[in-house]
Amino acid sequence: MKTKKGITYAVSIAITLLHILPFYLLLTTSLKPITDLSSKWRLPTKIDWSNFTNAWEGADLGRAFINNFVITAFSLLIVILLGSCAAYPLSRFQTKLNKSVYTVIIATLIVPPLTILVPLYQFYIDINGMNTYWGVILLHVTFSLPMAIFLYSGFIGTIPRELDEAAMIDGLSRFRLFFTIILPLLKPITATVLIMTGIHVWNDYQFSVFFLQKVDMRTITVALASFFGPNTNRINWVAAGSLLAALPATLLYLFMQRWFISGLASGAVKG
Amino acid sequence: MMGMSRKSLDGPNSAATAQGQTEASRNLYRKGAGFMRMSRNSPGLLNLMYVPVLLLFSLFIYYPFIQGIRVSFTNWDGFNANYSWIGLDNYVRMLHDKNIGTVIRNTLIYGVGSTFFQNAIGLMYALLLNQSIRTRGLTRTIVYLPAIVSPLIMGYIWYFFFQFRGGALNDIVLLFAEKPINLLANPDANVWIIMAVNTFQFVGVAMIIFLAGLQSISKDYYEASSIDGAGPVSKFLNVTLPLLAPSITINIVLNLIGGLKLFDVIIALTKGGPGYASQSLSTLMYKTYFGAQDAGYAAALGNLMFLMIAIISVAALLFLRRKEIQS
Repeated sequence: MKTKKGITYAVSIAITLLHILPFYLLLTTSLKPITDLSSKWRLPTKIDWSNFTNAWEGADLGRAFINNFVITAFSLLIVILLGSCAAYPLSRFQTKLNKSVYTVIIATLIVPPLTILVPLYQFYIDINGMNTYWGVILLHVTFSLPMAIFLYSGFIGTIPRELDEAAMIDGLSRFRLFFTIILPLLKPITATVLIMTGIHVWNDYQFSVFFLQKVDMRTITVALASFFGPNTNRINWVAAGSLLAALPATLLYLFMQRWFISGLASGAVKG
Repeated sequence: MMGMSRKSLDGPNSAATAQGQTEASRNLYRKGAGFMRMSRNSPGLLNLMYVPVLLLFSLFIYYPFIQGIRVSFTNWDGFNANYSWIGLDNYVRMLHDKNIGTVIRNTLIYGVGSTFFQNAIGLMYALLLNQSIRTRGLTRTIVYLPAIVSPLIMGYIWYFFFQFRGGALNDIVLLFAEKPINLLANPDANVWIIMAVNTFQFVGVAMIIFLAGLQSISKDYYEASSIDGAGPVSKFLNVTLPLLAPSITINIVLNLIGGLKLFDVIIALTKGGPGYASQSLSTLMYKTYFGAQDAGYAAALGNLMFLMIAIISVAALLFLRRKEIQS
């Protein structure tokens, strides 16, 4: 029994080390000066921050962070508003019509945006949506909505209908009762939607690289990708840039871990 | 995902007509049963709440989707106003494209390969970390951590590991061999490396879904099978696996969709090269459109990719659902 426990611990620690490995290499690479050619496995003898300043300036990460922030914040706001509103009738009144609408919405989960890249790109040129915040935000919103609606409908299904009825007997219209009574109850699932959509939008590369090509509209991933090309020999700079880009989400995750994991699990198990 | 649609099979307003409700409330719902009756409180009017979503979908998904089918029947270059209809030529061309075989094979490796490993490894991790050991919280945290990072950045991090000059892997290789190895330029290896990086990044998601599934299995089942004299292997096969079926379904379908559309990691590690060696349908389409300015053919490739993902994931879903019901 004791040796079995011992093996379990050993395996658990081995897995931890394996999965932390790339982050360790990222850290050592980004903290060593570019002239230090020692192995990436070795810790730096002296910490050097120059890679970070070079990456920050070279890739114009300051601008990219602002772009990322604006795009993520507005995408989230719209997804939460439209997603929760749409889920309410779809979950509460499962008429034939609404069931088909729900199925159509959920089915779009399997349409990867890349498959319609060519026509979408042309459409964006036609409507002057290229290199605009609203253009990329609406794309993020559209492709995040199926998952948000799926999660919201599942959650609304668990709220007793008696609540609606009581409110209506008190004279509230269904619209009022949604905004005053149901919406505040959706906080836990909203946290899940916020985290899932937020991470996805913040990390996005596909939409940004196609639809935000102007230099001052670049998001973090696009800025890093265009920084990577000419700097493959200055890998320490790219490493520092990658670390800076990954930091906000990682810190958020480490401090709010429970929210990330319980949200994911609840969404999945209900399914 | 699954439970929702199952619930919807119960029929309209099934819960509303459930027992224990007052007569008054039942009337409220009856009043709203018809879609066309638009009183202040009718569900019909409430359906306006999903109209914005349908508008967005029509503009940014359905309309482009139909346009994509149209464009795939033309020789449009993506810029010029002049183009002509060429019927199925783009699709015929696809059949004769000598690279398409490699590209489809790679796409399948990225999709099916990652799905297999994410599920197998994710399940092993979940079983291990479902035991009461003190390090399990830490291990879970770290295993899930890569899923938070952008796939493009995860690709770069692994690039530092595999890169030819000064890569972390070659530091080890050089201890045992004379020459460093260039795996990312090796067509036999790089496809599998890309698949492995995708697996590494998202195995934590599979693990969390499996852990949630494991925790929802009641201990009674295990006690009952213990009384029947079942050993650990038979418990796993007869209790754990069947009751985990819904988690397996979700994981397989999510991972298939994720792997078949893989893009960022390929761009970060090899850009699809050398030549076409690690190209997937998604990167090939990107290259055909922006590199070769061949919009008609790129649109056809996009449609092929859509068909492939739709058929494979829906087939997997239907197959696994049937299994779920059987067990």
